[in-house]
Amino acid sequence: MKRREFLQQSTAATALVTLGGLSLPSFTTGSRETKITILHTNDVHSHIDAFGPNDGRNPNQGGVARRATLIQNIRNENPNTLLLDAGDIFQGTPYFNYYGGELEFKLMSKLKYDAATVGNHDFDNGIDGLLAQLPHAKFDFLSANYDFSNTVLDTFVKPYKVFKKDGIKIGVFGLGIKLDGLVDKKMYKETKYLDPVEIATDMSRILKDEEKCDLVICLSHLGYHYRNAPNKISDLNLAKATKNIDLIIGGHTHTFLPKPTVAQNMEGKNVLVNQVGCFGINLGKIDFYFDSDKNKSAKGTSIIV
Amino acid sequence: MHMNYKHLIVFLFTILLFNCKEEKMNLVRIEGKKININDSIELNQEIDDFVKPYREHVNKDLDSVISYAVDTYSKSDGDFNTAIGNLFADAVLEQSNIIFNKRTGENLDMTLLNHGGIRSIISKGNITTRTAFEIMPFENSLVAVAMKGQTIQDSLVRYLSRAKRAHPIAGLKIKLDKDFKAIEATINNKPIDPNKTYYVVTNDYLYHGGDGMSFFQTNDSLYDLNYKVRNALLDHFKKVDTINPVRDDRFIKLN
Repeated sequence: MKRREFLQQSTAATALVTLGGLSLPSFTTGSRETKITILHTNDVHSHIDAFGPNDGRNPNQGGVARRATLIQNIRNENPNTLLLDAGDIFQGTPYFNYYGGELEFKLMSKLKYDAATVGNHDFDNGIDGLLAQLPHAKFDFLSANYDFSNTVLDTFVKPYKVFKKDGIKIGVFGLGIKLDGLVDKKMYKETKYLDPVEIATDMSRILKDEEKCDLVICLSHLGYHYRNAPNKISDLNLAKATKNIDLIIGGHTHTFLPKPTVAQNMEGKNVLVNQVGCFGINLGKIDFYFDSDKNKSAKGTSIIV
Repeated sequence: MHMNYKHLIVFLFTILLFNCKEEKMNLVRIEGKKININDSIELNQEIDDFVKPYREHVNKDLDSVISYAVDTYSKSDGDFNTAIGNLFADAVLEQSNIIFNKRTGENLDMTLLNHGGIRSIISKGNITTRTAFEIMPFENSLVAVAMKGQTIQDSLVRYLSRAKRAHPIAGLKIKLDKDFKAIEATINNKPIDPNKTYYVVTNDYLYHGGDGMSFFQTNDSLYDLNYKVRNALLDHFKKVDTINPVRDDRFIKLN
């Protein structure tokens, strides 16, 4: 028995060496390609039904049942897809008033959302109201700069999560807006707001250097940009003040960007910043193409928006 | 045979191992776009069926008739006070006082809300639960603030005289001269006593300085009524068969 095991092992070892040695050239010549698709929404605000045909602004737009079809079609085309939401899931239609967010979370789970961050309106039924609905959410809540350790949400919200799709590591972390002055303290209780730039600096280092992620995504509810307060922290300011972030998915300001913004980080490298308005009217889609061919990557990363 | 199978696994594993190790994947291209969701996309039937019972319940409840409006009322029907604003402020005063009096033994003296907070008209005909949601879609709650007459005179009345808007008030009466100067201000039809403490009901948004109302927070006595503005409206509508509010003399300007 022992001898047989030994034989097996030694044969295996030989196989490993020979095959490894033989096969190496063939692997380097044939290059591997893969595509990671990031889908995202923000500020859906309980808009489960599509706007009616007589709506003054957005007739026949939005609706979760149509979003489901679109997402399923994209997943069928590329299974290496992540679906993210940048917060303010709650508040805006009577569905929230009647069910407290239960339906929103159940539907997002059915659509297979992978992660969401916490928006200011997600505190509208208090931190206890959010906790009460979490059992309906089969996806993760990510927030790195809300310290929930002295609240009921402690351990329910993670700072970041690393996803692996077709060998590509994708690190996603969340950032929330300053709550003081925006949300009643009795709603967010002992939630501590930490500086977004400091936290994003830490997060991008952890995700890039320690977790060795190929892609780093920030899921932000800071707001795109504040024209009347240009120095206020926003997605555009965050992009400038940090490094190693590939994509910032934003929310809060209900900004309908016609296409993703290409911003420059502190090292002068490109960062994509995107936000798709509100109320589930649009879906953002960002495709990241990876290739093992060194000749291709030597030319740098091209961005088509 | 058995051995071969095992070898095959080892072989595949080896390929995988070397594959991962040797092959560095580099980001070569990014494509980004926005996709509009509209009626060109088919409904996912399973999702729609899932929403259906929720939708039916909400709609049935929202469309239940709770009162009747004899006319159509809009917040633009008046410069300094409007029928809809008066209805709103009066209903809030009456409904909030039930809670406030039970809790403190005191009575509320006045209401101050904001013109922008009336989010919809009331249409002539049946008033439904949906009407209250349309007028007040937000989740704001009512709060009572203890304020000295002096502060009300110096800041609140002054604010209203400068705002030139029909912010809904009740209990308080203001008369402006032709230059928008407050020449008369009363609470409960009596001149404001600078030393008396008055109880003012407003919403939490305004209490925190919304619409430039910075005067509430200098006062230390805050009573959180835990009562949503919308619920005050709903409770009022449920109480009365018919609403017939009018524009009156509570906030006027002399020409």
